[in-house]
Amino acid sequence: MAAACLSLSPFSVAAGLEVSGKVAIDERYFFEAGQYVNQLEHSQTSLLLEPEFYWDWHDGASSLTFKPFYRYDSADDERSHGDIRELSYLYAGDDWELRAGISKVFWGVTEFQHLVDVINQIDGVEGADGEDKLGQQMLSLSLVRDWGIVDLYLLPGFRERSFAGEQGRLRGALVVDTDNLRFESAAREQHVDLAVRWSHSLGAFDLGGYWFRGTNREPLLTPTQVGGERGLEQYYSQMDQLGLDLQATLGDWLWKLEAIHRATRADNFAAIQAGFEYTYVGVFDSSADLGFLMEYSWDSRGEGDAKNQGSSFQNDLFLGGRLALNDAQSSELLMGLGADLEHSGFTFLIEASRRFGESFKATLDINLLQSADPAEPLFALKEDDLLTLSLEWYF
Amino acid sequence: MNLLALKPHNIAATLAAISLALMTQASIAQTPIDQTTMAKSATAKTAVAVTAQQQGLAISKENKRRDLGWGDSTADMLMLLKNQQGQQSTREIKIKSLENEHDGDKSLSIFNKPRDVKGTTFLSFSHTTGPDDQWLYLPALKRVKRISSKNKSGPFMGSEFSFEDFGSFEVAKYTYHYLGDDQLRGMDSFVVEQFPVDENSGYTRRVVWIDKQDYLIHKVEFYDRKNSLLKTLSYLDYQQYLGKFWRAQTMSMVNHQNGKSTELQWKNYAFNTGLKDSDFNRNSLKRVR
Repeated sequence: MAAACLSLSPFSVAAGLEVSGKVAIDERYFFEAGQYVNQLEHSQTSLLLEPEFYWDWHDGASSLTFKPFYRYDSADDERSHGDIRELSYLYAGDDWELRAGISKVFWGVTEFQHLVDVINQIDGVEGADGEDKLGQQMLSLSLVRDWGIVDLYLLPGFRERSFAGEQGRLRGALVVDTDNLRFESAAREQHVDLAVRWSHSLGAFDLGGYWFRGTNREPLLTPTQVGGERGLEQYYSQMDQLGLDLQATLGDWLWKLEAIHRATRADNFAAIQAGFEYTYVGVFDSSADLGFLMEYSWDSRGEGDAKNQGSSFQNDLFLGGRLALNDAQSSELLMGLGADLEHSGFTFLIEASRRFGESFKATLDINLLQSADPAEPLFALKEDDLLTLSLEWYF
Repeated sequence: MNLLALKPHNIAATLAAISLALMTQASIAQTPIDQTTMAKSATAKTAVAVTAQQQGLAISKENKRRDLGWGDSTADMLMLLKNQQGQQSTREIKIKSLENEHDGDKSLSIFNKPRDVKGTTFLSFSHTTGPDDQWLYLPALKRVKRISSKNKSGPFMGSEFSFEDFGSFEVAKYTYHYLGDDQLRGMDSFVVEQFPVDENSGYTRRVVWIDKQDYLIHKVEFYDRKNSLLKTLSYLDYQQYLGKFWRAQTMSMVNHQNGKSTELQWKNYAFNTGLKDSDFNRNSLKRVR
């Protein structure tokens, strides 16, 4: 089977069609049984399918990309889910491009929290880091000028966030209700959102600023009772958000800043994520690189309380290290520590990854979630220390 | 240049001046300077050292000059990595380049293999002075990341080529010293020592064999920071494009210290395909295939 896999390559079914993608099998092992009723005890296996179909014509000026996604989870029904990550048409002119369909847009420069990344909704069931996103319907126009790149977005349609289900781990005491959503806007999921962003590279600086008006991607979760069932109700408000991202690339140092200001009917607040990344090239006279990362999160709301929504990253410090061996197998080791400076709890991550052969990749993650203070949000996850083994086949 | 108008202090300087004059005509075979005779005279030694630098610079400049005017190019690169046990792995990259008359070149590299990095793209604006501007596009996150360009000495994709080995040759990035002549694979060649100016370079020096006829590089020896021989690069199968530009179809790098090797095979070279600045920006970085 290995030989057959190795010889497979993006093949052309018709002129200009390329097929590629990945298939993965993940095993999550939780060291402790769950804190809450009906949570899976230790083992959670899942299978992931994510092919990509790409067509282009007009010498590459027009292209269509289709990327469906499906995960089957053995234990958590909410985690078995499918999505269209990408189904969009792109036309690229000389100094402009037009995109229509479902797509993903990433904005930002920091590593531990992606504060300014607002366009796509977080696919929360996928992982704790919030880096997996659901596809977003959009019509966007990008203009390239000497003074920067301007992106304009029309975003019809809204995606609700995904959360772990009753059998799932990495959740609080109450399960998020996915059936009865409340929206500030009468248009609910059909609200059309708008965004405009300017970005530019000037010498050692890369900067960007945007304005977004539309549905707040972050739901307000409040305890509710539907029928006899207690749960968390999702409420999506409307917001006006300004975002700024800035990176200074100076020698071996990357200095990063992300900041947002969000105005909703209930509240106005600002939040900042700032830090640096330093890479030591060729440590100990070898070809390995060692990177150090440090970032700080601040949110003007603070932790919040029963009446006011707060943020989990309101006064938090993150430290990270990355060792890249730069070998033929792209072996890498990552370590991360996150601590809320107002509490004693912390999160710790260690991740090792390596390629096997030409098409396989294995990743091992250990996540430790340590909390002794019932007042902090992390306390709900204190029994959810886990080990994840992921085997991916790329074609 | 009227040689009789020169009033040299000594014979050494005259001989050096004559050989430099002959060099700029580039068509007459070079006779090596007898370095031992030169070294005997104190003032002669200074005159020879300066001249060797000038000669080294002149040869390297000519090597660069003969490759000017290629405009834009695209090529597919197959990289074969071999370790001490003979195990092989491959990389496939497409490289688009745009020549810039006033500054360094722009390049866009698109990774196709290994499959887990497929779709990763790398944009580089090199500059004659100051650091290069570089961005990396990570397709899984759809993230454009500006990266540090100080990393010159690190291995490119785990191979025996480092990042600086891939950068375009710019005359201002080195100082030079002409070592003499040699025969390489039946070709009369100049041997020039090139000392990187950038302190982040992984090399103390490189020794380059440039043939006297077409001023093409055929072999490079790399000396590490301890000045020990680290790698040898051979340029093979030169082919000419547009009646002027030569490109080696095969480049073979052998690392003598770890026993590993990397071979690059270049295919589908195309010049003047109409690439412009608008093909080398953060938007094209995200969409190019």
